Amino acid sequence: MIGWLTRHLQSLLFAAGRLVRAPLSTAFTVVVIAIALTLPTAFGLAILSVRDATGDFASAVDVSVYFKQGITLEQAQQLARNARQREGVARVELISADDALKSFRDQSGFGAALDVLGDNPLPHALDIQPRPDAASPAQMESLRRYLAAWPEVELVQVDSEWVQRLNAILDLLRRLVLGTSVLLGVGVLAVIGNTIRLEIYSRRAEIEVTKLVGGSNAFVRRPFLYTGLFYGFLGALLAAALVALGIYLLGGPVLRLAASYGSDFRLLSPGAREIGALLGIGMFLGLAGAWLAAARHLARIEPRA
Amino acid sequence: MIRFDRACKRYPNGREALSGASFEVAAGEMIFLTGRSGAGKSTILKLIALLERPTRGMVMVNGRNTAALSVRKIPAFRRELGMVFQDHRLLSERSVFDNVALPLHAAHVPLREIDKRVRAALDQVGLLDRALSLPLELSVGEQQRVGIARAVVGKPKLLIADEPTGNLDPALSLEIMGVFRRFNEVGVTVVIATHDVDIVKSWGSRELVVADGRVEDPDSDTAELPVIEAHR
Repeated sequence: MIGWLTRHLQSLLFAAGRLVRAPLSTAFTVVVIAIALTLPTAFGLAILSVRDATGDFASAVDVSVYFKQGITLEQAQQLARNARQREGVARVELISADDALKSFRDQSGFGAALDVLGDNPLPHALDIQPRPDAASPAQMESLRRYLAAWPEVELVQVDSEWVQRLNAILDLLRRLVLGTSVLLGVGVLAVIGNTIRLEIYSRRAEIEVTKLVGGSNAFVRRPFLYTGLFYGFLGALLAAALVALGIYLLGGPVLRLAASYGSDFRLLSPGAREIGALLGIGMFLGLAGAWLAAARHLARIEPRA
Repeated sequence: MIRFDRACKRYPNGREALSGASFEVAAGEMIFLTGRSGAGKSTILKLIALLERPTRGMVMVNGRNTAALSVRKIPAFRRELGMVFQDHRLLSERSVFDNVALPLHAAHVPLREIDKRVRAALDQVGLLDRALSLPLELSVGEQQRVGIARAVVGKPKLLIADEPTGNLDPALSLEIMGVFRRFNEVGVTVVIATHDVDIVKSWGSRELVVADGRVEDPDSDTAELPVIEAHR
């Protein structure tokens, strides 16, 4: 076991030493990998941020029921009770015409204009929230029809359409990001594979001699696998740094923009889990790319004496 | 130690380098393979080291039939023998010490053991003080001695050398041959391909002549060592 560890440690240090000795070409490869990993990471985080910000009302679909003018408060209270009886309804709040006028006066700043009207133009209304498990589009439509069938009801408004649209857009974006990630991942694989291939051929003499003195394929392959692993790791590390830099640079402006719309939307920073996943994916791609190149090209190099 | 039984080698390009070589080398022997360039000396060495396999016939090395050895077992097989080349094949960007240590690393020998054995091998060829030099900082003769140290560091029972003195002047050649003899004296079987006739004649070891399609043993009875045609 100790021998096994030492052997791997040696290969690891050997591979690291070689990367350090060719800093420029190492840097180029790492930058290419980092850019390929940064793009999907950044888009993925942006989508997560939007979902995080909209998560509260994405599930909070509600139905507003406006009664006809002339319906009394008692009638409205009776109808609210009826609504509460219906299955799938979580909460029913009665907003009386007076309450509605008061909050409208407070919030809108049209108080003076309302005074001119004299009469309260607002009807009584119900705010109905379905249970989360009974909020599918079909169930909402059935609830809407049930409410609209009441003769006292003027208008039923279901506030779920924009939420559904947003969710659909986010879903589409998520798939786009996923597709792009897969493509860029294949790109990383190819970049690392090609780099390793070039390195294998530039060290052909060394590989031949190693095989001549009895080096097994695994022994010859090991430093190349570590090289691939390093490329992937360094690329992912740089990608994480680039994402962090991007969030640092954009975070302030995004916060100000969101604040101007009265939102507390902010960009999510990658946590330990996201960074861990990024490093893991980078190292996996590095190892896989190196393995593919080594399997293909090392076997072709056989010693000639 | 080595037995060729009507071994043939035809290369993919159609050239038949060996069309039936039969000879034996006993354990502890030191023999010279002589003959002109292209006569098949290198092919015989390649068949011994399993760099090539015979197309027909049999090659036994160290009690093993090389034709039956799977590809996965070749590295372990090669670790049991030491090889020395005319151009010594040292890795120029690694130190003398690292070059000699390479076979031990390949054999997964523990590091402490490697240090000890590399020093011992370098000491045997008289280059212990050059351990940290790069091969190109050494003279040609010294480079060849490093090549020999690399070949013997794994303590092989069989040492094969392809024109080890090809690039050396007579005095240096004699010195290198002396190094081989010292290993032979402690029991290592040594097979050297060379066209350095003067040394071979003065040496007194057995000589196998690979020439004009024949492998001959001038010192022994042809009946004892059946020799079959080797064409080019």
